[in-house]
Amino acid sequence: MQQVKASTAAAASRPATQWLRKNRDRLIAIGLISPSVIAIAVFVYGFIGFTAFSSLTRWDSLTPDFTLVGLRNYTRLFTIDRFLSDLRNTVTFTALFLAACLAIGLGLAILLDQGVKGEAIFRTIFLFPMAISYIVTGVVWRWLLNPGTIQTGSSGINLLFERLGLGFLKSPWFTDPTIIHIPPDSWPGAWLVQNGFGVLASPRVGISVAMISVVLAATWQMSGYTMALYLAGLRGVPDELREAARVDGATELQVYRYVVLPILRPITLSAVIILGHISLKIFDLVVSMTGPGPAFATDVPAFFMFDTTFRGNNFAQGAAIATMLLFTVALLIVPYLVYTTRTEAEL
Amino acid sequence: MRHRNGWTLFSLLALVALILAACGAQPPSGAQPTQPAAAPTAGGKLEMFSWWTAGGEADGLNAMYDLYKQANPGVEVINATVAGGAGTNAKAVLSTRLTGGDPPDSFQLHAGLEVEKYEPQKYLQPLDDLYAAEGLETVFPRDLLTLLKYQDHYWGVPVNIHRANVMWYNKQIFADNNLTPPTTWEEFYAVGDALKARGIVPLVIGTKEGWEAGHTFETILISTLGADGYRGLWTGQTRWTDPKVTQALETFKKVMTYANTDYAALTWSDAAQYLVDGKGAMHIMGDWTDGWFTSKGYTGYGWAPVPGTRGVFDALSDSFAAAKGAPDQANLMAWLKLAASKEGQEAFNPKKGSICARTDCDPALFNPYLQSAMKDWSTDAIVPSVAHGAAAVEKWATVYKDILNTFATTGDVAAAQQALQQACVDNGVCK
Amino acid sequence: MTAPALSRRAPAHRSPRPIRVVIYILLASAALFYLLPVYLLIITGMKSFQEVSLARMWDLPSGMHFDSYAKAWNGKASEGISGLAPNFLNSMYLTIPATLLSALLGSVNGYVLSKWKFRGSDILFPVLLFGMFIPYQSILIPLVQVLQRMGLYGSLPGLIFVHVVYGIPITTLIFRNYYAAIPTELLEAGKIDGAGILGLYRHILLPISMPGFVVVMIWQFTSVWNDFLFGVIVTSRPAVQPITVALNNMAGSYIVEWNVQMAGSILAALPTLLVYILLGRYFMRGLLAGSLKG
Repeated sequence: MQQVKASTAAAASRPATQWLRKNRDRLIAIGLISPSVIAIAVFVYGFIGFTAFSSLTRWDSLTPDFTLVGLRNYTRLFTIDRFLSDLRNTVTFTALFLAACLAIGLGLAILLDQGVKGEAIFRTIFLFPMAISYIVTGVVWRWLLNPGTIQTGSSGINLLFERLGLGFLKSPWFTDPTIIHIPPDSWPGAWLVQNGFGVLASPRVGISVAMISVVLAATWQMSGYTMALYLAGLRGVPDELREAARVDGATELQVYRYVVLPILRPITLSAVIILGHISLKIFDLVVSMTGPGPAFATDVPAFFMFDTTFRGNNFAQGAAIATMLLFTVALLIVPYLVYTTRTEAEL
Repeated sequence: MRHRNGWTLFSLLALVALILAACGAQPPSGAQPTQPAAAPTAGGKLEMFSWWTAGGEADGLNAMYDLYKQANPGVEVINATVAGGAGTNAKAVLSTRLTGGDPPDSFQLHAGLEVEKYEPQKYLQPLDDLYAAEGLETVFPRDLLTLLKYQDHYWGVPVNIHRANVMWYNKQIFADNNLTPPTTWEEFYAVGDALKARGIVPLVIGTKEGWEAGHTFETILISTLGADGYRGLWTGQTRWTDPKVTQALETFKKVMTYANTDYAALTWSDAAQYLVDGKGAMHIMGDWTDGWFTSKGYTGYGWAPVPGTRGVFDALSDSFAAAKGAPDQANLMAWLKLAASKEGQEAFNPKKGSICARTDCDPALFNPYLQSAMKDWSTDAIVPSVAHGAAAVEKWATVYKDILNTFATTGDVAAAQQALQQACVDNGVCK
Repeated sequence: MTAPALSRRAPAHRSPRPIRVVIYILLASAALFYLLPVYLLIITGMKSFQEVSLARMWDLPSGMHFDSYAKAWNGKASEGISGLAPNFLNSMYLTIPATLLSALLGSVNGYVLSKWKFRGSDILFPVLLFGMFIPYQSILIPLVQVLQRMGLYGSLPGLIFVHVVYGIPITTLIFRNYYAAIPTELLEAGKIDGAGILGLYRHILLPISMPGFVVVMIWQFTSVWNDFLFGVIVTSRPAVQPITVALNNMAGSYIVEWNVQMAGSILAALPTLLVYILLGRYFMRGLLAGSLKG
C-alpha cells in the first residue's frame, strides 16, 4: 500500500507554501482524530486502568475502599469452583463456536458460489439472525432445546424429532451436566495423576456437554455473518485464476484446495478475531438462554463477574474477573494487531 | 448509478433522524405521562424503583400508586423498573445509581440482612421517626420487627409477606392414586415411589435462575434443624459442620432423585406448568405460585407446608427503603406512610398475591390460600429466608446459592458441606 | 470506483446435475435450520396465555390472534404491562443519531489513519482498535460516574454518547480498511489541483464512500438497537429506556407471558430485520469492497 507520506517526501523540493500547506493539513489531520483519541483514552484505557487498580484493593461493598491487598483477589478466584468451571466453559465455547462458524460459514459460502438460483433469498435467510438481539435468540433457543423429561414427554426440538420418527436424535441438551474429560482410571489418566497432572484428568479440564447447546444458538446467530465474509472473499477471487487451474487439469475440489482457500486465509483470520472476542465476552445469550446451568455447566466469566459485582457488591473481586477476562482477550487480540500492523508496513 | 442510490438512502436516513430529533423536542404523542413537559410545577416528584414489571406485582404497585395520586394530587410518580436476572439487573442499576449520587427516592429491598449491602448508614435514611409517628411497632409482628432492625434502626417499611416453605400439589393426581400429601420426608419418599411407578414426576423443580436449589434446600434445613437450629446457622449458634446439616444435604440429594431431569432448563414457573398439565405432582416454591396458578386459570391445586416444617413460617418480605438525599422529603414520607398503612397494604397485597405485613388486614379481601397463610403468619414460628435476602448478608447468600446450585447436580455432600462452612467463615460468622 | 459485481452470473464451470441437486438440498436444509426459531416466534406470538405451554409449542395457534401484539405494543394497564410503543420511539431517537454520528466519526478517523499517516499513527490504530474488545461489564462503574459528572447520565443523549464512543474502534476499522484499498493516486490528483485535507475528503473520498457507510451503518444500527447492557445501566427511567430494556421488563420478574414476550420480540426485531432484508445486498457489496478485511 502506498502512502501519502512517501509521495510528499518526493515532492519536498516544491516551494515553501507547499511545505506550509502540508503541515497545516497534518495539523488538521491530528485535530480531526484527537476527539476520538481522547474519548478512547478516557473511556477505554482510563477505565481499564481503574478496573485493574480496583482489582488490587479491598473494595467489597458499595463504598470504595482502596486499601491495597496485592493479588489476593486473584488467588482467591482460583479456589472458587464457579470460576474454575467458567474457565473450562469459555475454552469449550470458544473452540466449538469458532470451529462451527468457520466450517458452516465457509460451507454455505462455497455452496452459494456455485451459481445457484435464488442466491439473494438464501443469503438473506442466512444473514438475518445477525439482526436479532442475543436476548431474543436466547429466549427462543431455550424453548427449542428444552428437552422435556421421560415422564412428562419431550418438548422443543426433541418433540419435533419424535414426531418425525427421529427419536434417536433426542438429547438432554443444555441440561446435561456431563463433562467429557480424561477418566483418571484410564491409562493416560493414571499416568497424569502419577506425574502430578491429576487436574488434567479431572472434570476441571474437559468439554461441558451442556455448552454445546449454547454454541448451537450462537452459531445460528453468527454463522451467516461468517458466510457473508467468505462469500465476499470468494467473489474477490479472479475467475482467470480458477480457469487457469482448470485448464491445467485440476478438479473442482483441487481448485478450491489449492487456489481458492489460500486466498481466503486473511478472511479466516479476521473472522477468528471477530468471533473470538464475541465468544470471550458472551453474556446476554447465556443469561437469557440457560442461566448458570447444572453445576455451572453453562456459566461464563462475564456472568460471574456481573453477579459478583452487582449481586454480591464485591467490586474488587468482580474487577479481578474483568481484568482476567481482558487479559485473555488481549492475549488473542494483541498478536493479531501487531501482525496486521507489521504486514501492512511491509507492503 | 449504484452509488447515487446509496446516497439517496443515506440522505433519507439523515432526514428521518432530523425529523425524529425535532419531534423529540416536544413530547412524542405516544409517550407516558411521566414526560417532563407534563410535570406539574408545585407537586414535585416521587421516584419508586423496583423489579416489579409485570403481572400481579406491577398491578398491586399500580393500585398503590393510584391511592397515592388521590391523596397527593400533582405529584408526578415515576415508576422506575428493571426486570430480569432475578433482580440482578435491578441491583446493578441501583448500585451504580447509589454510588453515582443519583438514587431513586424509594426502592424495593428484601427485609432483613440484605440491607447491609446498601450500607444504610451512608445511603439510606433511618425510618425510626416514621415508625414512632405511625405506631408501626404495634402493627407488625415482633419477629418481623427484629428482622427489620439493623444496627438498631429501621431502614424499610415492609409491605408484604411471602412464605417460602410451601409444597404445592395437584389434587387430582393425589386423589386418583389414593395418596395424601406427605408431612415428613419418609412419607415423601413413599409417595414419590408410588408416583414414579405410575409414570408421574413426583417433584417438579426448575433451577434456571440459580436461586431455586437454595430455596428448596433452606426448607429442608428447617425441617431437619427446626426453627431455632435453622436460625442459628446464620448467627453462628448452629455449626455448619453439624451432622444434621449432613443429613439435610443427604435428604436434598435423595429428594432430587424424585425430580424432573430437565430442571436446569426450567424456571420455577415452567416447572409449575408440569403440575398444571397433570404431569408432575408436587412443587416446593414460595407462595407467589398461588398468584401464577390463578393467572393461568388453574384451580386444581392444593397446598401444605414443606414436609417437616409444619408450624414454621419461612418468610420473606418486600420493603420500601428511603434513599438519603431524596429531593422531596415530604413526597417520600407520604409514600412510605401509605405503604405501611392498612389501606395501602390492602390495596397492594390481594393483587400481588401476598399477605399483609400488618396483622390487621381484612381476610375477606384475600383468596383461600392467602387466608390460610394469614392464619399461619399469626401463629407459626417465623424464620427468615436466606434465598430471598432475609437471613444473611447478600454476599453470603450469593455464595450459598451457588453452592447449592452445584450440589443439586453433583450430589457431593462432603464438598458442599465444607464449602458452606467456608462461606460462613468468610463472612465472619463462623470461626 | 466501480464496485465488483455482486453476483457471479453464469459461472464458466457448471456442476453436473446430481451435484446441483445435492447443493440445493443442502442449502434448503440449512435454510430450514435458520428459519425454525422464527416459525416458533411467530406461532407463539399468536397464541393466548392459556394456550402457551412447552408440550404444545409446535402446535399451530387456535387462530390468527394478534391480541398479543396489541398487548405488547400498547400495554395493558390492568395487568401491569406497559407497552413497547414509547420505547420503540426512544430506540429510534437513540439509534439513528448514534449510527450517523458513529459513521461520520469512523469515516474521518479512517481517512486520517489511512491517507494522512503521521508519526505513531500505525501504533495509534491498534491502540484505538483494542477498545472494541473490552468486556463492557468491566467499565460500568466508572462509566456511570463519568457520565454523571458530564451531566449526561440517565438521558438519551448520554446513551447516544456512550454508543458513539464505544463505536469508534469498529467504525474506524471498517473505514480505514475501506479507504486503504482506494488508490492514493486518486488523492494525489486532487492535491495537484490544490485541494487540502478537507477538500480531498469532501470531493474525492466521500462520494465513493457509500459501500463503507452502508456496512458501518448496518453494523452500528444493529448493535445499538440490540444493546441491552448500556441501555439498562445508563437509562433507568422508563420514559427514556430503549426497547430492549422494555422488552426485558415485559418478561416480568416472576410471571412470564411467553406469547406477549414473543410478540414483543418480533416487534423489537422488526427494524433491524427490515434493515437486513432491504439493505442486505448493500451490506454484501460493502464487504466485497474490502471493508472488513483484516
